[in-house]
Amino acid sequence: MKIGFAITVVLVVVLVVFNVAGVFLGDWDRTPVVASQQGYRGLGMEVVSNPRTNAALRRLNVVPEPYPPADPGGPRASQIYENVQVLGDLSEEEFTRLMSAITDWVSPEEGCLYCHNDENLADDDVYTKVVARRMLQMTQHLNSQWQDHVGTTGVTCYTCHRGRPVPAEVWFKDPGPRQAVGIGNRAEQNAPADSVALSSLPYDPFSPFLSDAREIRVASTVALPSGNRRSIKQTEWTYGLMMHFSQSLGVNCTYCHNTRSFFSWDASPPQRSVAWHGIRMARDVNVNYIEPLKPSFPEHRLGPLGDVLKVNCATCHQGVNKPLYGANMLQDYPSLARSGP
Amino acid sequence: MVEYQNIFSRVQVRTAPDMGIPLDSGSWERQGEPFFSYWVGKIGNAQIGPIYLGWTGIASLVCGIIAIEIIGLNMWASVNWDLSEFIRQLPWLALEPPPPSYGLSLPPLNEGGWWLMAGFFLTTAILLWWIRMYRRARALGMGTHVAWAFASAIWLYLVLGFIRPLFMGSWGEAVPFGIFPHLDWTAALSIRYGNLFYNPFHALSIVFFYGSVLLFAMHGATILAVSRFGGEREIEQVVDRGTASERAALFWRWTMGFNATMESIHRWAWWFAVLCTLTGGIGILLTGTVVDNWYLWSVKHGVAPPYPQVFPPVADPAALQGGLQ
Repeated sequence: MKIGFAITVVLVVVLVVFNVAGVFLGDWDRTPVVASQQGYRGLGMEVVSNPRTNAALRRLNVVPEPYPPADPGGPRASQIYENVQVLGDLSEEEFTRLMSAITDWVSPEEGCLYCHNDENLADDDVYTKVVARRMLQMTQHLNSQWQDHVGTTGVTCYTCHRGRPVPAEVWFKDPGPRQAVGIGNRAEQNAPADSVALSSLPYDPFSPFLSDAREIRVASTVALPSGNRRSIKQTEWTYGLMMHFSQSLGVNCTYCHNTRSFFSWDASPPQRSVAWHGIRMARDVNVNYIEPLKPSFPEHRLGPLGDVLKVNCATCHQGVNKPLYGANMLQDYPSLARSGP
Repeated sequence: MVEYQNIFSRVQVRTAPDMGIPLDSGSWERQGEPFFSYWVGKIGNAQIGPIYLGWTGIASLVCGIIAIEIIGLNMWASVNWDLSEFIRQLPWLALEPPPPSYGLSLPPLNEGGWWLMAGFFLTTAILLWWIRMYRRARALGMGTHVAWAFASAIWLYLVLGFIRPLFMGSWGEAVPFGIFPHLDWTAALSIRYGNLFYNPFHALSIVFFYGSVLLFAMHGATILAVSRFGGEREIEQVVDRGTASERAALFWRWTMGFNATMESIHRWAWWFAVLCTLTGGIGILLTGTVVDNWYLWSVKHGVAPPYPQVFPPVADPAALQGGLQ
């Protein structure tokens, strides 16, 4: 019968199209994929990686050569230049060396005038200079107060900026895709969003957790019901944040969690503790350093809902579990590690 | 001799269409002029129709179409009525249940009201279809095994979308209608309740699920393997076992010492399939209502064994910092 044949042909064509599209358009990791065991055997405690992706990441995470050391002696920068509020106690040579390095790290194409007025280098009327000063204080704060997360490797401007005035990985409040009115509520999820590794989880897990301090933990710490009202929907927000972690660090869940009990600390790999501090650190950066700078930024530097471009895990990590593969740039620029305000 | 060693059926019967037994008075007429399809005959009976819809069938189809319309139009609206985006994003799109803050109250349409409505019509459609299956089986003088197997699946569906949310006091606990979203919901459920793999009813459900697959493969393979001796005439062989049945039975007694019979294998299959969703539904119903963390429950009852500690001890940083979250 013709109808049956036509239906069969249509079904086969649809299946073929979907499969071909899935193979060529999907976000697959081409082989080889290497799994290395890191926990007790047989528990799936493996870290999955791909040598080809790793090689590409290695090429993207090369640290610039440090400038030759500067003479620490002589008059202080604050005695020579006006309006040096953060690095005034460096020697002039050290100060100029750091300024040159910052230009390389942040605005290599735009040069010094990205932040400075060439009529008067001390002038604060270029907004980027005000922002840069606060970012220097932030860097010092992170390196001196957040060693639970950054260790002694620390961070420099380059960790995030990588030669771009605006770091490649930033976030802002996501208005979500356009949708109709009165019907078709996406409930802030169910869109193929990069922020949650193309899952259908809530696409802005940053506002509640990396700006606001909403509760991330959802599982109960006791076996039987005892008043934990956290919902499955709330769990999806936490899950979305975790997808961001995984994607930004280029790791799978078991890098930080034990497969048998994601919530329990006593069975977790030690990296989980580092990540815990990382959440608080990102929140500290956003709340105390970046969001207060909002009045300084021109409108074209704000997100569509008028908020500042903020940091998340990817801002520093950029696909690597240790930013820049743990290269210690800070030892060449120790002034960035002083305890700042 | 007929050849059976093929992926598709090689035998097709062409005769006057079988119109079935006379119906009771009060029944509807069977609808549609029956016809034969060569291609359908490759995988089943080549005769298509007549179909018996009845009022339950019609009402079920109407309710089902309403439910699919509500879900589909909400998905389409969520991409601002853009047809190409609707197709492109379809696996991600969903109709979400209300936010938990609404509890069991009636939310506005766009805050989960559409979801409740779609759920109502879908459930009505499924229940009507169940009644139809039951009554058609009765009309043919059959047992109602199919209807009760279907009821087991409906049980799991109702637990997920209705009974458990009712017990939890929130429609927001229910599953969204959507392809990826319902999978993410499943993973989130397991994360929230401390790893569902430690739920013994979930474990039973998996056993019956995989067991069903295994039984289906063993049974299908056995019958195909003896079909050259007429083995596919299973029902006759229940009472009059022939060489096909004897060979099939002997094969399994040789290979594993035990064999099901031509009759009992179908009881095995029916119970495995039915128990899959029955135990699954129990497991979901207990989750959050009776047990809040399945891993800790399993530790408490000695089900989850301790493993050697290979990492340096990790303490909860929040506990170290005095209750900071």
